[in-house]
Amino acid sequence: MLSIATLYPEALGTYGDGGNALALAHRAHVRGYRVESLAVPLGSPLPDADVYLLGGGEDGPQRQAADALRSDGTLATRVGNGAIVLAVCAGLQILGRTFEVAGGRIAAGVGLIDAETRRGAERRVGNAVIKVDGRYVVGFENHGGDTHLGGDAPLGAVVRGYGNNGAVDGVNAPGVLGTYLHGPVLALNPWLCDLVLERATGEALEPYVSVADDLYQARLAALL
Amino acid sequence: MVTSLSTLRSRTALLVGSMAAGTSRLLRRGAGDVIGSKVALALDPEVLRHVGTNRRVIVVSGTNGKSTTTALVQAALGNRVDKQTGANMPTGWVTTLIRTHGAVALEVDEPYLAEAIDKLSPEVVCLLNLSRDQLDRTSEVRQIAEKWRLVIAGTTAQIVANANDPLIVYAVGPALNVTWVDAPLVWVKDASSCPLCTRPLSVEGDWHCACGFRRPRPSWHLNTRTIEGPGVSIPFSVALPGEYNRGNAAMAIVSAHLAGVQAGIAASRVGEVTEVLGRFGTVRWRGRQWKLFLAKNPAGLSALAQLADDFSDDIVISINDNIADGRDPSWLYDAPFDEIARGHRVFCTGSRALDIATRLHYAGIESTVMNKIEDLPAMVSASGPVTVISNYTAFSDWQRRGTPC
Repeated sequence: MLSIATLYPEALGTYGDGGNALALAHRAHVRGYRVESLAVPLGSPLPDADVYLLGGGEDGPQRQAADALRSDGTLATRVGNGAIVLAVCAGLQILGRTFEVAGGRIAAGVGLIDAETRRGAERRVGNAVIKVDGRYVVGFENHGGDTHLGGDAPLGAVVRGYGNNGAVDGVNAPGVLGTYLHGPVLALNPWLCDLVLERATGEALEPYVSVADDLYQARLAALL
Repeated sequence: MVTSLSTLRSRTALLVGSMAAGTSRLLRRGAGDVIGSKVALALDPEVLRHVGTNRRVIVVSGTNGKSTTTALVQAALGNRVDKQTGANMPTGWVTTLIRTHGAVALEVDEPYLAEAIDKLSPEVVCLLNLSRDQLDRTSEVRQIAEKWRLVIAGTTAQIVANANDPLIVYAVGPALNVTWVDAPLVWVKDASSCPLCTRPLSVEGDWHCACGFRRPRPSWHLNTRTIEGPGVSIPFSVALPGEYNRGNAAMAIVSAHLAGVQAGIAASRVGEVTEVLGRFGTVRWRGRQWKLFLAKNPAGLSALAQLADDFSDDIVISINDNIADGRDPSWLYDAPFDEIARGHRVFCTGSRALDIATRLHYAGIESTVMNKIEDLPAMVSASGPVTVISNYTAFSDWQRRGTPC
């Protein structure tokens, strides 16, 4: 049984974030896994799961989600026990130590990754491409954050767009993958979706070809 | 003599504008009015104040339903609706105001509400709903609500607002003169936390928050066959499809009523409108009939899902990613495609056809991606009009392709 928990969708689900749980569930299912998909509302304790998903959100809901995760207090232990977190956009920011919200206030993050986010000079809106170990992640970013990583590695190098700072995007830490490429990033990048699944299951997956690969190739051709 | 000088400036701007429009028409570069309005606005940014003077102006804004509702208010006012341009920014307002006389309804793109209220001094401001839409182009939805709140606090116009949308209620909060309507709302996912204090909103029955922010008491309600306001009950039926259009109709009737139209007359005029800007209309193209629906965001697709029983067996979904559509179709994952597409044979077209097909695939629905739209007519059933769901520019593509039936 593979269990996928989407955290606080009512706060972190601004723009198509639900696509990541759908893609994970589908691609696990066709590989023969039984899949359980859970939506965890604000205020509920975190359930046991193999994958935790954090999506994008506006300032207010983002702070609520950070507060909820900190008061739950179990995410770090769960990651220590082998769970995988995929954090997108606002979700990436709240996993760091601090992040800045409207009015210049610095909010406390979860501290799961070594990152600090401040408001950048401008909002970064547009198509983006990230290079990860010779492969590409395609997507769209829409955020105003500059994220500084301390000891943790980024997910990859920015080929197009802005990411954390114009040079690198996201985070690749033990048990945590994060990116500014928002919304359904796993639906758009089948290989990244499978990477999350392989980390979560600890098993290599059989190849699986679908229309998502056609979309991935088309986006890559359009953006590179 | 400042006033007369500024009036003179506006008159000159309009005159030069109308010359530009005439020239444009002579050169066959389109209808001309838009160019004329652009020229007039460039010469005098205050021209709106003058063309809007001594007119009863009703402005309509919101994420979804503003073109339809504007057309319905126009109908209620006794104006022709077939000339609606769908233009919702200053140039379009100037065009409409020059073309028409008397009371008029104008559509307002959400970021332009401040300018509309300032320059047009509307008698009535009709506010429908706020939800996520083209986040790459406009601000996040709560920022829009915040901006509206500042604008609305300073106006003495009569506000007609949907009591069921917490973001609308937040935006309207400080207004002096509000008429609340109990209009059906299909999408509340952008208002799950309180706009005032960010605590979770309780949505059972009358929505409310622990901080005291709550649904206001509407003074207008819809029943199956009537609309009821203070002391009146008026027969109500709507030719446009769907529960959401009943809501749009209610908002239009109340707005026209506050602008001086007898509610019963407004209701009967609104009820007769069958098509707005080709939406819900049928076109003929290459030997087939196509029934065109516009849906450009999750709330719009949720509203369309209400009509799914009436969809043809074959459905076409056309999604483009031009600037007017928003460059980022991530929102497809927020829309209820299960309800819309399940059990149908689906054909995907438009510049983001593969995105629709992938979205459907991950919902367990396989579809056909059309590389050449010309191949489509031969593939769909000829038994009746084929349901076509498209976003903004894809809808225009379909209108260009087809001939109205």
